[in-house]
Amino acid sequence: MTRAEQSATVAVWAIASIAVIFLLTPLVVTVAVSFGSSAIFTLPPPDWSLRWYARLAATRGLLPALITSVEIAALSTLVALVLGTLCSIALVRGQFPGREAISTFLVSPLMLPGLVIGIAMLQGFRAVGLREVWTSLLVAHVVITMPFVVRTVFGALSLFDFSLIDAARTLGCSYLAALRKVLAPALAPAFLTSGMFAFLASMDNYPISIFFTDAWTKTLPIQMLQYVEESPDPTIAAISTGLILLAVAALFIGDRLVGLRRLADF
Amino acid sequence: MTAPTREPLDPVTWLALPAVAYLVVVYALPLLLLLAHAVIGPEGFTLAPLAAFFADPFNWQVIANTLRIAVLVTLVCLVIGYPTAFALAWSAGWTQVILLAAIVLPLSVGVVVKAFAWQIVLRRDGVLSSAMMKLGLWDEPLRLLFTETGLVLGAANVFLPFMILPIYSVVKLIDPRLNEAGATLGATPAYRFRRVVLPLTLPGVVTGVVFVFSLSIAMYVIPSLLIGDRFQTLATLIGRSFLFMRNEQLGSTTATVLLVLAVAVVVGSGVLARRLGRSA
Repeated sequence: MTRAEQSATVAVWAIASIAVIFLLTPLVVTVAVSFGSSAIFTLPPPDWSLRWYARLAATRGLLPALITSVEIAALSTLVALVLGTLCSIALVRGQFPGREAISTFLVSPLMLPGLVIGIAMLQGFRAVGLREVWTSLLVAHVVITMPFVVRTVFGALSLFDFSLIDAARTLGCSYLAALRKVLAPALAPAFLTSGMFAFLASMDNYPISIFFTDAWTKTLPIQMLQYVEESPDPTIAAISTGLILLAVAALFIGDRLVGLRRLADF
Repeated sequence: MTAPTREPLDPVTWLALPAVAYLVVVYALPLLLLLAHAVIGPEGFTLAPLAAFFADPFNWQVIANTLRIAVLVTLVCLVIGYPTAFALAWSAGWTQVILLAAIVLPLSVGVVVKAFAWQIVLRRDGVLSSAMMKLGLWDEPLRLLFTETGLVLGAANVFLPFMILPIYSVVKLIDPRLNEAGATLGATPAYRFRRVVLPLTLPGVVTGVVFVFSLSIAMYVIPSLLIGDRFQTLATLIGRSFLFMRNEQLGSTTATVLLVLAVAVVVGSGVLARRLGRSA
């Protein structure tokens, strides 16, 4: 290696180390603050305590918001997995024109501003008389979860050898049994990664949900932003730490099942 | 299907119908209605709301804010993300696990959580200020919260993975023998980077830049928490007009402007990516 290459390598690793510290800073700070005893955010805290976690139970609106968010995220991910997989099969197996345009269309909600989509939907739902909060949220969130499923499942299906299904049938499987025994296992990693990211995107969504929530039914990010604006104390850090632990657990399970590198496939 | 010459439609095609129909009804039609509302008034076609929007110098300021912040965030992400993608591709074992976890874990944590954390970091009595004082880099505590620097820092932090991962996906495909071949033929490292590595990674860079830029012009939660109401971008102006000022006309017009901008970025990058694909 020449001198120039050596210094380039050193620079790459230096920047990568900075990137790791930079990326982990907000998570580490949140966890540290949540275990501090002080109501102001000093680090390191004067003393360690669990008082902010004890306050969680008494925080009004937290549990209902969490339940709403999980319900909406789980159902909208399920709907997107079913519709998105059927559509991906058609896109990979079909011979009709405009397949590329359709896949771009299905992924496009990821690229357009959430607030704009939210306003458009708000006006659209009003026009047809849909005002019920929970239903509106569910219908809207499928648009958020669909792109994740189509992108990943479409990619996995493009690599799948469909003659394997014919082979299974030749060997005596019924068509449905062939799908279950050959296609489903091949798609399982795609279902898992896309389902996980779709679920998290729905759980995290603010800009679309804000147009459909009201004083009684809120999703978790909206309830949390309200806490931050009204009374920014470490209780929010305690909630956040819970969510970070959830993400760590999800990644750990994802790593065991499909490998961390596959989760980073883009 | 009546024309005898036409092939019958493959039945598998119908599987696409539910998803496409769903998105057309719930997503595409409302967006088209929003666009139509912006140019159709009670007396038919009108550009009056858009003209009024662009006649107001404040709105030009808002557009300039939106673009400036998005360009800065994209640059910061590119400068940090491009080398990090190489480090990720070269790494193995535990180093790779740490890098991957540092990139994928923040992706799985919500934006409200991260923006709130940056509030704590950027305050005058916050983590950054006290660290800089201890290191002797700052003489007195500085507040970066509610400044443009703070906003760029926080946004770059949230969007960095969207720059690293697309670049990583092309870097890991580069055949190391290409570099050796260039070296054997006497090319200097700088020349090899410019003529071999850089062109091969450009598609990933374009994808990453478009991702980060699109997210930056659209972000709402991050500026709400990190810079406040004094500084307006197109997205915060939309939010304010709908949620606080109850001015749906202004909100819809601003939403149309932001939508056109976002679509232009995506379509423009598509053209650019195709041109890169041809020249490569």
